[in-house]
Amino acid sequence: MPRAEQEQKNEMLQGTLDMLVLRTLLTGPAHGHTIAHVIERGSHDVLQVEQGSLYPALHRLEDRGWVASYWGLSENNRRARFYKLTAAGRKHLVTETSRWRQMVEAIGLILGEKEQQSS
Amino acid sequence: MRLWRFFHRSDRDRELAGELQSYLQHETDDLVALGFPRDEAERQARVRLGNSTRIREDEWRWNSLEWVENLRRDVSHAARTLGRSPGFAIMAVLVMALGIGANATLFTVVRSVLLKPLPFKDPDRLVMLYERSSVVQFAWNIIAPGVYTEWKKHATSFQNMSIFGGASYNLSGDGGPIPEKIEAARVSSEFFPTLGVSAAYGRVFDASDDRPQADATVVLSWGLWKRRYGGDSSILGRKILIDAAPYTVIGVMPAWFAYPDAQVQVWTAFHHEVPPEQLLDLDNHSFMAIARLRPGISMAQALSEIDTITRRLRELYGGDKPAISIGANMRPLLDDMVVDFKTPLYVLLAATCCVLFIACINVANLLVARAAARRREVAIRTALGGSRWRLIRGQLTETLLLALAGGAIGLVFAYFALEWLLRVRQDIAREETIHMDWVVVSFTVGVTLLSALLAGFIPALAASGKGVLSALQDSSRSNTSGQGKARLRKLLLSLEVSLTVVLLVAAGLLLKSYEKLRSTDMGCTTDNVLTMRLSLPEAQYSKPEQRTGFYEQLLLRVRALPGVTAAGLVNVVPGQGYGGDNLLWITEHPPLPKGQMQIARRRYADPGYFAAMQIPILEGRTFSDQERLQNANRIIVSQQFVREFFPGEDPIGKHVVVHLLPERHEPYEIIGVVGDTRFEISQPLQSMMYFPLFSGDRGYTARAVIVVRARHDVESLAIPVQQVIQSVDRNLPVAYVLTMNRLIGASTVQASFSSTLILGFAILSLMLAAVGLYGVLSYLAAQRTSEIGVRIALGAQPNQVLRLMLLDGLRPAWIGLAFGLLGGLLASRLIRSMLYHVRPLDASVYVSVSAVLMCVAAVSCLLPAWRASRMDPMHALRVE
Repeated sequence: MPRAEQEQKNEMLQGTLDMLVLRTLLTGPAHGHTIAHVIERGSHDVLQVEQGSLYPALHRLEDRGWVASYWGLSENNRRARFYKLTAAGRKHLVTETSRWRQMVEAIGLILGEKEQQSS
Repeated sequence: MRLWRFFHRSDRDRELAGELQSYLQHETDDLVALGFPRDEAERQARVRLGNSTRIREDEWRWNSLEWVENLRRDVSHAARTLGRSPGFAIMAVLVMALGIGANATLFTVVRSVLLKPLPFKDPDRLVMLYERSSVVQFAWNIIAPGVYTEWKKHATSFQNMSIFGGASYNLSGDGGPIPEKIEAARVSSEFFPTLGVSAAYGRVFDASDDRPQADATVVLSWGLWKRRYGGDSSILGRKILIDAAPYTVIGVMPAWFAYPDAQVQVWTAFHHEVPPEQLLDLDNHSFMAIARLRPGISMAQALSEIDTITRRLRELYGGDKPAISIGANMRPLLDDMVVDFKTPLYVLLAATCCVLFIACINVANLLVARAAARRREVAIRTALGGSRWRLIRGQLTETLLLALAGGAIGLVFAYFALEWLLRVRQDIAREETIHMDWVVVSFTVGVTLLSALLAGFIPALAASGKGVLSALQDSSRSNTSGQGKARLRKLLLSLEVSLTVVLLVAAGLLLKSYEKLRSTDMGCTTDNVLTMRLSLPEAQYSKPEQRTGFYEQLLLRVRALPGVTAAGLVNVVPGQGYGGDNLLWITEHPPLPKGQMQIARRRYADPGYFAAMQIPILEGRTFSDQERLQNANRIIVSQQFVREFFPGEDPIGKHVVVHLLPERHEPYEIIGVVGDTRFEISQPLQSMMYFPLFSGDRGYTARAVIVVRARHDVESLAIPVQQVIQSVDRNLPVAYVLTMNRLIGASTVQASFSSTLILGFAILSLMLAAVGLYGVLSYLAAQRTSEIGVRIALGAQPNQVLRLMLLDGLRPAWIGLAFGLLGGLLASRLIRSMLYHVRPLDASVYVSVSAVLMCVAAVSCLLPAWRASRMDPMHALRVE
């Protein structure tokens, strides 16, 4: 019973996390640790990336063909699995971004209206 | 995609582990760079990562297919559970295998023989035509050619109609291969078109072949063509010698074609073979007729049409010819071919279904017992969150494993059972079509699944219906729910016992009729008598003197053989069948009222036949050597003949008129009375009259059976006797070399087969029921250990406890017996047509079945009851 709830929450976050991950990879291939850091730093530590969600998200994205992966050496000379954006992933990112913008705008409109009425 | 992930989930897990490891290293590096000591940095990195096992498990589950996973787990759990009690598992599998195998076998036979449509064009519209005689025994009489001619001329309900008859020929003298006697059919030119069949090579008969004056033609069966002529297609147009006359081969039938039956090796043209004057007969029933209904015409319409025609003939000519039938009869061709096998096969199938059902109940019963023993386990699993369906599924998986193993073994078993059946039952119609195919295999799979469901659902439902809490709190001292389980088991057991009783009753009735059948007095000696059939071809033996000459030579030489006690000749031996009959009028009696008739079976015998077969001569004498050829107007009659036609009179010296041949218009004088013999073992006695074989009567004396009696080892005479026949006529083949016992045995094979098989099934069921009874009572005794302990401690005598337990254990047997006897009454009605001189309500069978059942039940209950009564009360009370 709590499991279903949790899954729902994950799903809600999942779409956004997917988008953020893809956005991160736009600048070039990166491994999991870097991706997490970039997102956290980029959001001034507002968004905390849980490893428990990051890796499954990466695998799902790979499963759908939006990213590809390979093992390589990281900047501090350690083995790491790198992910890079595919053409399909790039296209998906564009549509997702515009959808997100629309949504934010729409939600903003509603919230703005409510404020006006209540005042 | 999901499947791909499913099969690669181990690889992916390894990758993920690597990735998490890599994350840890990078995070540690970062923290070390920020100035943390190494071990502190590693600790913090791990904290940031969280539970790595959890991450991997989530990913693993995401990669898995739930149902495959569950199935795998159920199967391995079930296999482990079964493995823990291998005795139970092996027994259950074997029982299932037997049940399923027997079902698959019988289903194959029933489907091939009774259900599969005939391989002809629109087989639903093919019918077999019969005449309906005023004598009840001949309600389905074969037809007289004159009546057929009238049907063909006037009936409009049929698209096609053909007359045909059996024949047997000597195939000989065509250079090389030994002469042989073959079965054949004489068919009119409409025969093959009616069936909608054409030749594989060459052609079938057309109207121009089917005339008396046409050239002789023959169509070969595929088997004969392959065997005797090496499958050489140049045989078409060549002449072969049939009964020493040349016949042109015009066609070869396809391999699958086997009509009228599989023994037929050649077909000849009806009107070429049968003399034209015989075709006018309205009262000489000797042929068969097949017809194809016109589309849109029902059987009833067609029947009423030919019935009317026949009735009109009867009205017109019945006064002079009382043997003309009073109507017609008709049935679908398929029904006609399998009429003797329908009931026995369905009865056997029903019996195998019973056996399988009993097997399922037995397995269910054993599972219920185990479920009871596992009550705690089940309750704990339920408490820990195992869903009810999950538990049922566990049970079902177990029975499914058992049933699948049983089904696989059963299929193999069915394969061998079929091989065996085809070997011992070559008398079954359409036997050549019996084989296993994908339908049988899918039937078997279906039966297997059904058995698994049946055996699994009963205990599964019982296993998980109870409240968790009560099961956990339940101690062995409160027996209520245990009793509930026992009630279910008793119910199942009663069912099992009653089915067993039904089988036992059927087996008892069939066995008794088989015994009656085998102990029937044939009226002659049957031990150490050898018979073989021969027929003298018309071409070489056209004159009566030639035939009698051959027979005399033959008997002389055979009787001279060392080891031969006696030998004789007859046209049809006892047990061989119908053999022909004739109307008769007694000169000394007043003329019969118009339309009435007297019939007796016709036999031709040589003077020594009665002595050879040890048929007693009760009055008068046998034929003498002088009574031959023209001087042969003498007959010998059977005791039944005297009873029927000369009650209270002395028949010797009386005269009988029989229209055998135009030249024999003189009445026959009765010179002797002999004991009765049976023409067919299961049929009532018929009046018989014996004509002298040495009359050489045209048309009646060309075929004969030579009977040879020896003191012992008569089989060893088969070769010498055949050599003697060859020495008299090199080109004469013999057929059906059989001892009398084999010949009679062949006609009881169906009875012996059905009764033996059903007895086997009944014994198996009885054993299963005994095991069930034993199991239930042992279980009950274990359940009531403490109760019995208290009773004994309070002073109950062992005998009292014994009686208590026995009564409890025997109750399912009693109830089952009562219902079983009721079921047996119903079943006995269904098998009524298979019974011989045994009434369906034969009390002795029911009584002995009850006795056997109660004995077996008592024995199987005795041990657990006795053990309970000898229990040490201290030990009993200390349990738990």
